[in-house]
Amino acid sequence: MNHLTKRIEDTFPGACTKVVEWRGDLAVTVKPETLRDVARFLRDDPAMRFDYIVHVSSVDWPDDEERFEVVYEVYSIRTRQRIRLKTRVPESDCIVDSLTDIWKGADFMEREVYDMMGIRFRNHPDLRRILMPDEYDEGYPLRKDFPLRGKGWRDTFEFLDEPTR
Amino acid sequence: MAQFEDQRTTVYKVDPEHPESETLPTLRTEELLLNMGPQHPSTHGVLKVILELEGERLVKSTPVMGFLHRGVEKLAEEGTYHQFIPHTDRLDYVCAMYNNFAYCRAVEKLMNITVPDRAEYLRTIVAEVQRIIGHQFWLGTQALDIGAMTVFFYCFRDREILLDWFDELCGARLTTSWYRIGGVERDFTPSLFAKLKQFLDYFPPKIDEYVIFLEKNRIWLARTKGVAVISAEDALSFGLSGPTLRGSGVDYDLRKYEPYSAYPKCEFSVPVGKNGDTYDRYWIRVQEMYESVKIIHQCLEQIQDGPIMADVPSVTLPPKERVFTNLESMIQQFKLFSQGFNAPPGEIYCGTEAHKGELGFYIVSTGGGKPYRLKIRAPSFIHMGAFDHMSKGYMIADAVTIFGTYDIVMGECDR
Repeated sequence: MNHLTKRIEDTFPGACTKVVEWRGDLAVTVKPETLRDVARFLRDDPAMRFDYIVHVSSVDWPDDEERFEVVYEVYSIRTRQRIRLKTRVPESDCIVDSLTDIWKGADFMEREVYDMMGIRFRNHPDLRRILMPDEYDEGYPLRKDFPLRGKGWRDTFEFLDEPTR
Repeated sequence: MAQFEDQRTTVYKVDPEHPESETLPTLRTEELLLNMGPQHPSTHGVLKVILELEGERLVKSTPVMGFLHRGVEKLAEEGTYHQFIPHTDRLDYVCAMYNNFAYCRAVEKLMNITVPDRAEYLRTIVAEVQRIIGHQFWLGTQALDIGAMTVFFYCFRDREILLDWFDELCGARLTTSWYRIGGVERDFTPSLFAKLKQFLDYFPPKIDEYVIFLEKNRIWLARTKGVAVISAEDALSFGLSGPTLRGSGVDYDLRKYEPYSAYPKCEFSVPVGKNGDTYDRYWIRVQEMYESVKIIHQCLEQIQDGPIMADVPSVTLPPKERVFTNLESMIQQFKLFSQGFNAPPGEIYCGTEAHKGELGFYIVSTGGGKPYRLKIRAPSFIHMGAFDHMSKGYMIADAVTIFGTYDIVMGECDR
């Protein structure tokens, strides 16, 4: 077991539900209720010091019970290692604690996740759409059930490969 | 009218013993809301910022983005890995080569492919040429935003030489698509080598020339020194990278931290700033141009003959000349483009040091020929997250230079 995972496991017993190390990347899945504590620990623990936030992302697994996956990737400048912190939430309750107060950059990145995937963040200072228009209400584009050609008024577009008359 | 005059007398009445205590007791003050953009020449694309002003001071700024959103991440899920390369050109359209590079590296990490030596050197050379182009473009436009027009012309004159060089290399000046998964599309011709060497002799004195225009220019110094200061801690917390982070004194450069391609075989230094202001970030970019010239020189010395594409038939493309003469190669090419290759299930993140900062690709694969999810970590987008923090308290005219200091390109920011 990786020393990082071990340290997380020691401090938060039972928090990690899945640990994957593949192609040199370490990905740790934690329960959504412990996400904040683990993240704070990762940043503040002197042996870790994950002070640099790389990206926040999300993955949609429509067939799974816990449909959405939120991914935080952080890097430690001092120890030169990176870790991917993940958590899973079901569609009925897709809300995750915001990590904005731990890494300030999470603000915009979480807004993007909300915009694209519809996952909400608890205690986020300004949770609005960021790339799509503010008044856009036709869903969340990166969900797997959102068609590539778009929804709503875009459905009325005529496509060249379809017979139009 | 009487009230108006009364106001005027109160405004200019200053207590002679405490001149700093001048107040405006009767004038009504309120914050002014100002829309800057979306069509503003200094926003380098289509970006709107809602500025809350107190007089000329910025109190709060809210970037409104997404005018250039094309859903590139969604498109990626619908095409094969090879088909996505031209899409990456359109992210940061000023520096297409580095986007190709970052994407190809990510897929190579996913597929566990080792790129042959010669290809690595070619990639490094072109990436550094692209870095020079990016910094020239930045310097020219930043100086133009501040009002120094001459530098813009000088930078673009030299940038033109390199764009023509790209044209000769791959037939396109901006949307290049020259990198391939596992290697590069074509080798350099002797003429390209000669032209590049000629440019390397020509270029360093030209950097000195740009610097002469700016280094002692009082307007430039006044507009850049002490503007948009950000501490190292905040910069890291915001996820800033590239020159924007190094200006604050953190030497985070992926070329050194996680060496890739031919960089570990080259000697170069990473310039680091001290004050975290716009001037330091300018200085770093200028120094990086010198370093890029050094890296290219070393690569040209070390490069050996050899293949330019990894030989993994199930993933990499066959050489073009064989596609037209050999049946197996033609089938291979057809299958790779129509069905794609079979990626193993798993997920990777691979970051590359582009000239703006860390350009990363997070790819989730569930097997099959298409990425299940592809996330682009675009430095421009993440830098915009720090805009409010960095612009607070500065003058409204500084907003322009703060966009500039990130080297923002909206194609990448909005994806």
